[in-house]
Amino acid sequence: MALDQSFVGRTYPPTDPYEVGREKIREFAEAIGDANPAYTDTEAAKALGHPDVIAPPTFVFAITFKAAGLVVEDPQLGLDYSRVVHGDQKFAYNRPVRAGDRLTVTSTIEAVKTMAGNEIVDIRGEVHDEAGEHVVTAFTKLVARRAEEA
Amino acid sequence: MTAKIAYDDVEVGTELPAQSFPVSRATLVQYAGASGDFNPIHWNERFAKEVGLPDVIAHGMFTMASAIRVVTDWAGDPGAVVEYGVRFTKPVVVPDDENGALIEVSAKVAAKLDDDARTVRVDLTATSAGQKVLGMSRAVVRLA
Repeated sequence: MALDQSFVGRTYPPTDPYEVGREKIREFAEAIGDANPAYTDTEAAKALGHPDVIAPPTFVFAITFKAAGLVVEDPQLGLDYSRVVHGDQKFAYNRPVRAGDRLTVTSTIEAVKTMAGNEIVDIRGEVHDEAGEHVVTAFTKLVARRAEEA
Repeated sequence: MTAKIAYDDVEVGTELPAQSFPVSRATLVQYAGASGDFNPIHWNERFAKEVGLPDVIAHGMFTMASAIRVVTDWAGDPGAVVEYGVRFTKPVVVPDDENGALIEVSAKVAAKLDDDARTVRVDLTATSAGQKVLGMSRAVVRLA
């Protein structure tokens, strides 16, 4: 079943704020084995010009992907999540995510395509802080593999 | 943002110090917990094989997080990364043995984008077991 082209441009309501905790950043940095002090040491982060510890560049994906769930699980779109793989990922940063941020995500469907039986959905997640300032945009390409190959 | 590398000191073709990142099953369990991605293809061998994979595979986002360390360690300030994108081309297969897998990452300056903003484009190459695991892997970094 081809996905409905009329979903292109659809924007979902912003998520409830996600509060970025310094210990969550530390846990994530440890999980990727990254000892950069900007992630765990407030003074080191300040020496680089940041007001508090910052998160590794890919940290925000956990937040934007959860928000993308609104799209993925939209029964009207009809994406078969059991066949979905992550195709591409891109981030465009206005500033790094940092401890104490309260972030909301607004997801928009940028494109819906069918190629060689695979269904492809491009989702843009705009991340804003509590003041309404743009922090980062996440571009996520999801590919639902054709049924025979799943 | 305070990168420790100066824009004027890099040229197109400047190579960043390459790094290798070991990945074990324990790494993947820890990453699953920290990221909230509990897809069983990343920790359950039986499930991974049932869906047609050769074995448990690493989270693509773990590979993406590892690769950018070549850039953030070089630049010094992770906040210097202005843009970062990858294509997931092949999975990193992580066997249940003492060695696990290795992600090998190299990178070089591919373009000097903007003399005023002091931004450069860095192209990354990430391989595991001889296979290219990321494609179109590029970062834009603001240097000092």
